[in-house]
Amino acid sequence: MSILVDETTRVAVQGLGRAGRFHAEQCIRFGARVVAGVHPGRGGGTDLGFPVYNTMREAVQQQRPDASMIFVPASGAADAILEAVESEIRLVACITEGIPARDMVTVAAALDGSRTRLVGPNCPGVISPGKCKFGIMPGHIHRAGAVGVVSRSGTLTYEAVGQLSNLGIGQSTCIGIGGDPIIGTSFVDVLDLFERDPGTAGIVMIGEIGGTAEEEAAEFAKSRVTKPIVGLIAGATAPPGRRMGHAGAIISGGKGTAAEKQAAMKAAGIAMAPTPADIGSTLATLL
Amino acid sequence: MKLHEFQAKQVLRTYGVPTPEGFPVSDAASARDAAEKLGGRVVLKAQIHAGGRGKGGGVKLAGSPAEAERQAAAMLGMTLVTHQTGPQGRLVKRLLVEEQLPIAREIYLGITLDRSARRPVLMASAQGGVEIEEVAARDPAAILREHLSGPLLHAFQARRLAFALGIRGDAFRPAVAAMRALAKAYDETDASLAEVNPFVLTEDGRAVALDAKLDIDDNSLFRHAELARLRDLDEEEPLETDAINHGLNYIKLDGNVGCMVNGAGLAMATMDIIQHAGGMPANFLDVGGGASKDQVKNGFRIILSDPSVRSILINIFGGILKVDVLAEGIVAAAKELAISVPMVLRLEGTNVEEGRRILADSGLDFIVASDMKEAARQAVARAA
Repeated sequence: MSILVDETTRVAVQGLGRAGRFHAEQCIRFGARVVAGVHPGRGGGTDLGFPVYNTMREAVQQQRPDASMIFVPASGAADAILEAVESEIRLVACITEGIPARDMVTVAAALDGSRTRLVGPNCPGVISPGKCKFGIMPGHIHRAGAVGVVSRSGTLTYEAVGQLSNLGIGQSTCIGIGGDPIIGTSFVDVLDLFERDPGTAGIVMIGEIGGTAEEEAAEFAKSRVTKPIVGLIAGATAPPGRRMGHAGAIISGGKGTAAEKQAAMKAAGIAMAPTPADIGSTLATLL
Repeated sequence: MKLHEFQAKQVLRTYGVPTPEGFPVSDAASARDAAEKLGGRVVLKAQIHAGGRGKGGGVKLAGSPAEAERQAAAMLGMTLVTHQTGPQGRLVKRLLVEEQLPIAREIYLGITLDRSARRPVLMASAQGGVEIEEVAARDPAAILREHLSGPLLHAFQARRLAFALGIRGDAFRPAVAAMRALAKAYDETDASLAEVNPFVLTEDGRAVALDAKLDIDDNSLFRHAELARLRDLDEEEPLETDAINHGLNYIKLDGNVGCMVNGAGLAMATMDIIQHAGGMPANFLDVGGGASKDQVKNGFRIILSDPSVRSILINIFGGILKVDVLAEGIVAAAKELAISVPMVLRLEGTNVEEGRRILADSGLDFIVASDMKEAARQAVARAA
């Protein structure tokens, strides 16, 4: 088993520019069923073997996709998410980085009470190895198995997956939830999904400094997750306060340091990897 | 992107946030003229992108135009050191000359994004003039909060804040209007922070933004050409600006192991593992998702402009970024810049085999490491 995407997922791709086309092709190579592209002005033709539509509504009517990957540039990406939400697409992964925060406030409001789960933005997407690659992660580093991986960072997710695969440990599903201030799917959401997934036996959770998402996840894990979790917090040695605005740190009550996050995760029974190079080996000791 | 106080006030005024009468000046004679227009008694405020100006001597009162001229002459050209500038301080090139107001009360107002609520929040405190971090640490219950609904702070929310802050009498209505105007300004300028500290109530019943700070979300500048023009490059770290102009994210640090990494999370993890290996990173450098040859070259140039760099660790796990493209960039840049410090490479991801072949065929002396720990060990050993 796996979560969010599998061999039955019908994938649409919004934004068929250079990046969108390259990654659509890679996804098809690694088993995704890409059934439609959406690119305003390019409707009516086919590309890479799938039909292209001007609007998501047409794509839904004709091909019934239930998941969409967004590669639309930052200025129009939030609009593309809203279009997918309006079409009741079950799962949307927005790969685009650099979306204005104000646009994401609008998106967050539209997601409330909708039928759509958003992963990202500014994320690598989701992969259930051997079943469906729904994102920009390099497919060849993954292998099918029973470890769920969730991370705020894209490339650090690949790092963790690479370590697991090198040790012969496969993955059920790997998710990059994105590094932006406003994201659609949280650590807590993903931990909950992994806990309920019979195909997931262990979990890797990789956080970063800033915000309180890791503390919230630790709190959730303590009472609600029975499966073993390996944790890592990146940025223990980063200088404080470089990207946080004057008042920004206040809302979280002055939280957000690596030390606080590590302490919260340890207290929740999460096994912390001693260095970023020890994620796989730490997990191996738990299975 | 940060704005100067005088710029922030100009922007806020257009949204109906009252500010003191004032003029930005960059020479002492203009300060005298400004003081004359403002009735003689003025305050002079150094315009730099850092807080804590008052304690550092960056805010002075003058009782006459002649005194304003003398004060301005002393302030312009000074290097102002505050707790936010670092020990090197900032050169004062411009002053804001403003009328003095009969202040009755000082209040704090600030709007920023509440990540957990996924909406902006207006924070207010009766302890104006004090930094909000101090209030949060000492007396968190003293911070009042109202979340913006969509773009708006509703009238009832602003009233609720005003009542809770104990605002009464003539200043009540203007204070409510000013809070709502501040929220509108935050929304329409795509701000990441709109802070008025202090927001003052005057003895004659006015509500005025005595100080103002406005930070604009860099990701939104494509739709704010008029705000983007307000950028003051002199206030930014030149190397960091250089990096931004080439689509890179660079932060200078104090160590001697230069780093070039793709992705912020992996870049931070690389810094962590360098320290674990007994070294110190010289920088944070995220080459991002689509690093071109030019970006890689500029990345090297920026890393090497720091004379303390003794070795460079390149840690790339390609996703969007194709390793072969990156390898070509590394080889071209290393040849062009005649890089002499040892370079340790750790490359994984899309097209990694072609990438490794390009490096091997280059004839250059790269140290190729098999994993992150080994790469960090090698880079630290060569920097020692």
